[in-house]
Amino acid sequence: MKDKRIIKIYLYTRYERLWHWLQAFMVISLIVTGLEIHGTYKLFGFQTAVNIHNFIGLSWLVLFAFFVFWLFTTGEWKQYIPTTKKLFSVILYYSWGIFQGKPHPVQKSKGVKHNPLQRLAYLGISAMLLPVQMATGLLYYLYNDIPQILPLSVLAIIHTLVALFLLNFLVVHLYMTTTGHSLFSHISGMITGWEEIYETTQIEDWETQATKKK
Amino acid sequence: MKKRYFILPGLIMLSITVLVLSFQAVYASTPPDVEEALGRTLAKQAVKNSKRWTTVDHAKIDALNQDFTSGEEITQACLSCHSEAATQFHKSIHWTWLASGDKSDMRYGKAGYSVNNFCISGNAMEDKSCLACHPAWNKKGVQGEVNCLQCHNSSGFNFNEALGDIEAFSKDGDPDTKEMMKDLQNEVKEAVTKVTFPTRKNCGDCHFTGGGGDGVKHGDLDTSLTKPNRLLDVHMGTDGKDFSCTRCHTTVDHNIAGRIYTNPAVATRKSLLEDDLAPKITCESCHSSEPHKNDSKMNDHTDVVSCQACHIPTFARVNPTKMWWDWSKSGKMKDGKPYVEEGPFGKPIYKSIKGEFKWAKNVVPEYFWSNGSQTSTTADDVIDPGQIVKVSHPVGDRTDPESRIFPFKLHRGKQPYDKVHKKLLAPLLSGEKGYWETFDMNAAIEYGNKAIGIPYSGEFDYVETTYAFPITHMVAPKENALNCTQCHIRENSRLANITGLYMPGRDKSNLFDTIGWLSVLGALAGVLLHGLGRFFTRNGKEE
Repeated sequence: MKDKRIIKIYLYTRYERLWHWLQAFMVISLIVTGLEIHGTYKLFGFQTAVNIHNFIGLSWLVLFAFFVFWLFTTGEWKQYIPTTKKLFSVILYYSWGIFQGKPHPVQKSKGVKHNPLQRLAYLGISAMLLPVQMATGLLYYLYNDIPQILPLSVLAIIHTLVALFLLNFLVVHLYMTTTGHSLFSHISGMITGWEEIYETTQIEDWETQATKKK
Repeated sequence: MKKRYFILPGLIMLSITVLVLSFQAVYASTPPDVEEALGRTLAKQAVKNSKRWTTVDHAKIDALNQDFTSGEEITQACLSCHSEAATQFHKSIHWTWLASGDKSDMRYGKAGYSVNNFCISGNAMEDKSCLACHPAWNKKGVQGEVNCLQCHNSSGFNFNEALGDIEAFSKDGDPDTKEMMKDLQNEVKEAVTKVTFPTRKNCGDCHFTGGGGDGVKHGDLDTSLTKPNRLLDVHMGTDGKDFSCTRCHTTVDHNIAGRIYTNPAVATRKSLLEDDLAPKITCESCHSSEPHKNDSKMNDHTDVVSCQACHIPTFARVNPTKMWWDWSKSGKMKDGKPYVEEGPFGKPIYKSIKGEFKWAKNVVPEYFWSNGSQTSTTADDVIDPGQIVKVSHPVGDRTDPESRIFPFKLHRGKQPYDKVHKKLLAPLLSGEKGYWETFDMNAAIEYGNKAIGIPYSGEFDYVETTYAFPITHMVAPKENALNCTQCHIRENSRLANITGLYMPGRDKSNLFDTIGWLSVLGALAGVLLHGLGRFFTRNGKEE
């Protein structure tokens, strides 16, 4: 492996990077203000925290609609199709191989931005946690204006629980960015769009389905 | 190609800036005067033409231009024009002291079975010291003639004293005395013509000093409201709107709007836009049910939280109010004589005739669900002496659409009850048979209960009681209203005891919070261990 040369490929388009960082900003702001509203600590002051939280939450809803539109018109949604292929070897890599200097079993490419474990994780977050969070958030926001389907306590408890799950994701996600070729290579990849991979990586056919044209 | 590296961070910064700026545009930088809250606009509109006008100058009325020798004569003069006034007034609770229009229904009212934990009972108007506040001449109660001047005269002249003197002088033949009587009668004649709609002082003469002294009873009503500034009461402030009581306590046939024992002030809240002849007794009457600025989160509170809960941060802000009255301590003597002990605020903390007191200023209210009604434990209701007896307590809960979270003063104390019949007792206090003369509680109860016609077993003890007063006056300017975290906070929330709803900041699910935080801590521990593993194995690299 050591003889392989590291090259850079242009992996993340401008929109993807913009969306990623914008979403990162919004998610972190929402967690910070949300926990203040939850009474965990005092930072901005309750009223300011509520105003920021509502504004960013609603903005996120709107921007997320654009993201979904982008996802389907570009076919990028295929990046999220779950697969069990190589899933086990990825798990094995992170739990064992990484400590032995072994290479990652799945290399990134234009058609494969996520490894099988990421696909599962991101699908779970985008298709389950985020919709639940957005739905409970919106119902919470509109609680006084629409028929009260669920009591506020139920909405609030789900909203808080999912927020903590997302915080859990954030912790793991931040840590995982350090597992690239160098500590910051994944982060710089998401900033510049250029991700480092090994030159001779073979990309298997099933991995590139997202960009394959019929 | 390198240029690209700068485009994206630039774009990100730009979008974040746009986000932050638009946020400020929406929330922060809106100048406060550009958009006025609906509730303010409506209320200003409702009171725009507030100047009272009249077609009568009472100084020019012949009926009043005479030498009066008694209060009854003055009232006759009033009634010679206002023919129905006394008839109307005789039917009002201000006169009957009974909540029910039916005079045989003694259940609720000062003159009925109602008791409190101050001077306890009016003993069916037998306790003459209570009658100082009854609007009849010469403390004659319902047997007497209506004293119109008590509510409708702004002179501040002491008619009772002057007319008493006139009566005494009239029996004296001495020309000097006659001269003095003439002078006094001219003073009375002059003062009588100062006819007015009831002023704050007229109402306050009784309502500010209820319970035997300034600020004893209500907590939100005391003599500081005779001439308040707008900091104390934004509506009545003489440097603000200068409202009189009747500006909100509107009147029909001498019946004045307001809560009466178990009856709420109004059954349903409505604004004057919905019913322009409705009493103006609720905040909603003028301010509507969406009083705050458009899209303000505060407007989402009005279906659950009363206006008073946030806009009256504390009561008794100028004068202290009585919070505790323990009758069981009464009757102690110093050198065989009754005595008074003064405490903080220059207020008595002990009186032999009444017992032990506690006073407080700037009191934080206690909050309860309230639909405007109050339960009332009368001298005829069976109590459980093993518990603190709620003599008067708000009615309501989350499920009642008319209920709001409302501030209250809870006056606590100990008062006598019948150990056999398990009922609160009504000792007679003033007069020669009263406790204040005899210091014999058993005998005082004997006479007092006889007056209201409820049997007494002869055995009494003291029970702790509470009496709840709705706090609705002393509305502070909006900048002094509560902020969110006085209620939306985990510890020491003002609404800590309010049940039936979820309040962000106050409430959480211990179970689901624990699950969530365990997952976060688990993730942290996991990545920490993993990271340490990578650090010590140097990612498997050998060097």
